[in-house]
Amino acid sequence: MTTIESNPAVPVPSDPGRLTQPPRRRRPARRHIPTALWIIAIVALTAIVLYPLLWMFSASLKPNSEFGSNQGFLPENPTFDNFVKVMQGIAGIPTWKFFLNSLLLGVGAVIGTVISSSMAAYAFSRITFRGSKVLFAAMIGTLLLPFHVLIIPQYIIFRNLGLIDTFWPLLAGKFLATEAFFVFLMVQFIRNLPRELDEAARIDGCGHGRIFFSITLPLIKPALITSSIFAFIWSWNDFLGPLLYLNSPDKYPLPLALRIFNDQTSTSDYGATIAISVLALLPVMLFFIIFQRFLVDGVATQGLKG
Amino acid sequence: MTTDSAHAPAATRTAESGARPADSRRTGAPRPRRRNGDTIAGYVFLSPWLLGFVGLTLGPMLASLYLAFTDYNLFTAPEWTGLENLTRMAEDDKFWSSVRITLIYVLVGTPIKLAAALAVAMLLNYKARGTGFFRSAFYAPSLIGASVSIAIVWRAMFSTDGPVDGTLNLFGINLGGWIGNPSLIMPMMILLAVWQFGAPMVIFLAGLKGVPAELYEAASVDGAKPWRKFISVTVPMLSPVIFFNLLLEMINAFQVFASAYIIGSGTGGPGGATNFYTVYLYTRAFANNQMGYASAMAWVLLLAVGVLAFILFRTSKNWVHYAGDSK
Repeated sequence: MTTIESNPAVPVPSDPGRLTQPPRRRRPARRHIPTALWIIAIVALTAIVLYPLLWMFSASLKPNSEFGSNQGFLPENPTFDNFVKVMQGIAGIPTWKFFLNSLLLGVGAVIGTVISSSMAAYAFSRITFRGSKVLFAAMIGTLLLPFHVLIIPQYIIFRNLGLIDTFWPLLAGKFLATEAFFVFLMVQFIRNLPRELDEAARIDGCGHGRIFFSITLPLIKPALITSSIFAFIWSWNDFLGPLLYLNSPDKYPLPLALRIFNDQTSTSDYGATIAISVLALLPVMLFFIIFQRFLVDGVATQGLKG
Repeated sequence: MTTDSAHAPAATRTAESGARPADSRRTGAPRPRRRNGDTIAGYVFLSPWLLGFVGLTLGPMLASLYLAFTDYNLFTAPEWTGLENLTRMAEDDKFWSSVRITLIYVLVGTPIKLAAALAVAMLLNYKARGTGFFRSAFYAPSLIGASVSIAIVWRAMFSTDGPVDGTLNLFGINLGGWIGNPSLIMPMMILLAVWQFGAPMVIFLAGLKGVPAELYEAASVDGAKPWRKFISVTVPMLSPVIFFNLLLEMINAFQVFASAYIIGSGTGGPGGATNFYTVYLYTRAFANNQMGYASAMAWVLLLAVGVLAFILFRTSKNWVHYAGDSK
């Protein structure tokens, strides 16, 4: 900053002055790179970034005989055989079962996250109570806590409760708001709502329960949507949790099923492995295409990681 | 610089409010008096989180600290062994190799990823309109990059007959497949991390939008070249966002698991090249049932992350410029 301010000799155009002067060149000087060059750069970059995804779709349509022989981008004889084969399932379990398990876990994660995180966020942002500052600091602290410090004792707890090989260890944390990102996101959102609404409701005799349900929840809908989408996608992609807690293949969600495919068939059956990867990513990609604004804006304004 | 605080980017405020949590000033309303029933109501609303915090975070942290000083195999009671886990760690070659691999990944991969994120954010910031599609397209990998699907695709792309080697062959480079080659696993993992530059990019972009255009105009009037503007305007104005991204991305990088596990087929192979810290911790705990040793490893990881965060926070006073500061 000092370099700019320490040069009073140069007349820096001030705002009122600019209004009266003839219109200056409005575009800042930094825009001097020709637009054509910018377009070429950005298109090339897009091609590189999206290449793995496009390659994945293309490769899933290649018959197995083309893996190795046809290094080209497009399949010579496109076929849906890989998908047909992969839908038959693996280890005697049909593939739709893995989708169902992932769906159940995802829906459970969304319900748990929305309920528990919004309650905690309301308490932190709208109720003044003893110990709230300390607990809020603790909540922020857990944002930076490496998850691996917790997995062993958590595993022991759920093992002692006899919950290994059930969905409960994977859902319990969601219903107890252990993912501080969501609480933080909602706290930020609630803090920007005018407090006057709460005060007015309070004067009308509303308690916190009523204010929470009738005023806060409807107003933070965008934050609830963003949280729901992230909660679903993170649950859908989660690998370590199911790896720790689920033993029976008929309870496996997609990431664990993918791992069996990868271990058992990757050397002999590339096509099938890639095809199930495509199927597993498809719901996430659809979610992303539909809700991209919510997701990207959520990241931009809250610093939320994807 | 009086306009600074009005133009402070959203992400800057996020980074700041971490330091000043109970900031009620922004709402403008005076902090309301604490009412009698409020403490009860507060804890009622907080009860799910509090139960999770005590039962699934704080309690396990302490339990893990205790287990770090024991020998525990899940089936017989933990046996107190004092510092034996630490001394065994010091002599464990696989432990040290996992530390080395993870540190290279964090200390090389994260700066490259953030540099890419900042460069692309600046490229997108050139245009005021019509960049929404690119912003979303570049963000997509961040959402799916840590998934098993992408790890499998990455594996296939870098295999002997995959498209990456195929492309390099066109330029006369023949690496003979990245997957089986221990020295090419790290570049491959770092490429996978850099590919996910979208999340920090979106945050940088929000920060760049908040840098007042007058600063660049003033710098132009002073005759500053683009590079000088970058160093003297962009970097200082973005420093809170850079700090925020650096802290979060480093902590995330320490915890990479699924990609390393899938690419190495869960064995840490080839040649121990995918034996990342978290993969080794998982193997010790859940394949070898050495819960005590693994807990000690978990606490070493926690302390390492803590020291790193501490260093970042301490040095941040020298290079992070908060809008509105007199310095």
